[in-house]
Amino acid sequence: MAYSDQVLDHYNNPRNMGSFGKDEEGVGTGIVGAPECGDVMKLQVKINEDGIIEDARFKTFGCGSAIASSSLATEWLKGRTVDEAMAIKNTDIVEELNLPPVKIHCSVLAEDAIKAAVGDYVKKSGKESASGGSGAA
Amino acid sequence: MSVKIPIYMDYQSTTPVDPRVLEAMLPYFTEVFGHPASRNHSFGWDAEQAVDVAREQVAKLIGATAKEVIFTSGGTEAINLAIRGVAEMYGEKGRHMVVAVTDSRPVHDVVKRLVREHQYEVTEVPVDKEGRVSADAVKAALRPDTILISVMMANNEIGTVQDMVAIGKVAKEAGVLLFSDATEAVGKVPVDVQEMGIDLLAVTAHKMYGPKGVGALYVRRRNPRVRLSAQIDGGGHERGMRSGTLNVPGVVGMGKAAELCMQEMPEESARMGVLRDHLENGILAGLDEVQVNGSREHRLPHNLNISFAYVEGESMLMGLKEIALASGSACTTATLEPSYVIRALGVSEELAHSSLRFSIGRFTTEEEVEYVIGRVVETIQRLREMSPLYEMAKEGVDLSQVQWSAH
Repeated sequence: MAYSDQVLDHYNNPRNMGSFGKDEEGVGTGIVGAPECGDVMKLQVKINEDGIIEDARFKTFGCGSAIASSSLATEWLKGRTVDEAMAIKNTDIVEELNLPPVKIHCSVLAEDAIKAAVGDYVKKSGKESASGGSGAA
Repeated sequence: MSVKIPIYMDYQSTTPVDPRVLEAMLPYFTEVFGHPASRNHSFGWDAEQAVDVAREQVAKLIGATAKEVIFTSGGTEAINLAIRGVAEMYGEKGRHMVVAVTDSRPVHDVVKRLVREHQYEVTEVPVDKEGRVSADAVKAALRPDTILISVMMANNEIGTVQDMVAIGKVAKEAGVLLFSDATEAVGKVPVDVQEMGIDLLAVTAHKMYGPKGVGALYVRRRNPRVRLSAQIDGGGHERGMRSGTLNVPGVVGMGKAAELCMQEMPEESARMGVLRDHLENGILAGLDEVQVNGSREHRLPHNLNISFAYVEGESMLMGLKEIALASGSACTTATLEPSYVIRALGVSEELAHSSLRFSIGRFTTEEEVEYVIGRVVETIQRLREMSPLYEMAKEGVDLSQVQWSAH
């Protein structure tokens, strides 16, 4: 199948590929998908004291469109607040990457990954304050 | 060392026409253009003679006699004619068929329609982890109303070659017809319908350096004499089994391709085997956690199917875009189903999604193999760096114990 220039660009030059330590201060991690379905995305956000996402990382097992969707997600996440991040829609990703109908599930997975990563941060930071900040997550 | 890009390593999908084949075909488009069934003039006789020669050439390659070769439009038509033709001719005797689970898509589709529309029943014979069908398993699947056994001689994805002699014996003892889709095997490994006890055998020209759009069905004439119900009616050509004006240039090309395979197979298969082993060893030496699918012992000399754990098939193909390959993953389809052949080996869905098929051929060079080894190793390494599964596995996480969010 033919890939859009945007997908090819993200596949060839993935942005923010890599990992943060899961237990690092301010890091939220989301892992979505399943190996038997052919795609798994890991998305991480690092959120500062002002509630702004200052950095993001991804690792993806999946097709080129899945890799591009998660790479794009990390780009978009940087500089956003938690609420702004939660507002990112899969249809925005479809539009930006010009994904064909058979690849829409990749964008859905990326949206799920964003929600899972930010959700993980929210949960952990809530826990931390409740338990007195022991840091045991 | 320089190689020409793109590199073709998908010879099991189709092969280019050998220049010697093309040369043999050309006169039959213009000079010798007669209808082989025209009995009243030399134009027809010349065409008929060319067809006879081709029939002989194809027959020789499979150990048959010329009269047993029915030309068709290709492998798929030959498969349809064999299975439907038997079903319609012998349906009174019984309505049960035995089919190997790794048989080709056309075989399964034809049988499925018979089950759906004509009250046939089918028993699928499983394969072992190398993709081999045991003769005992075929025997165990037989019923008093079984009229046909179908076992693909060599698989298109994993290259596993079946023990047709043993399966043929089972069929003969039971008095059940044996059909084999041999489109991947003929011209690559020795085929002898007598020795193998095969009653019907499908061949295609375009997988053995002949043209597309022509194939043949071998139909046994003695012990037993197999009768088929024609699927295309018309002028009664091809012993009444397949009407329609023959594609004479195509038939001539198929004959020439068969002759070349016959002459060159021993040398060519040995060369393929060396190149394929080199490719396999080079990839295995450069990467950990790779698995060769199929049989190391009983396989086609030009096939290599490998699963690369923790990376997905389509992303591999994308990274290797200048190399023509096939993937066992079908991520573009709505079902997201990985290859049923690789799944039948007991390989996990995840590894099935991670498989690539390399198939080399007559025009593959050592330099190309070297280049491909380097690019495969580099691409898989890059994608593994990007893979959360590889990272987790390296951290010691047992991926089978993870609660994934299936979608």
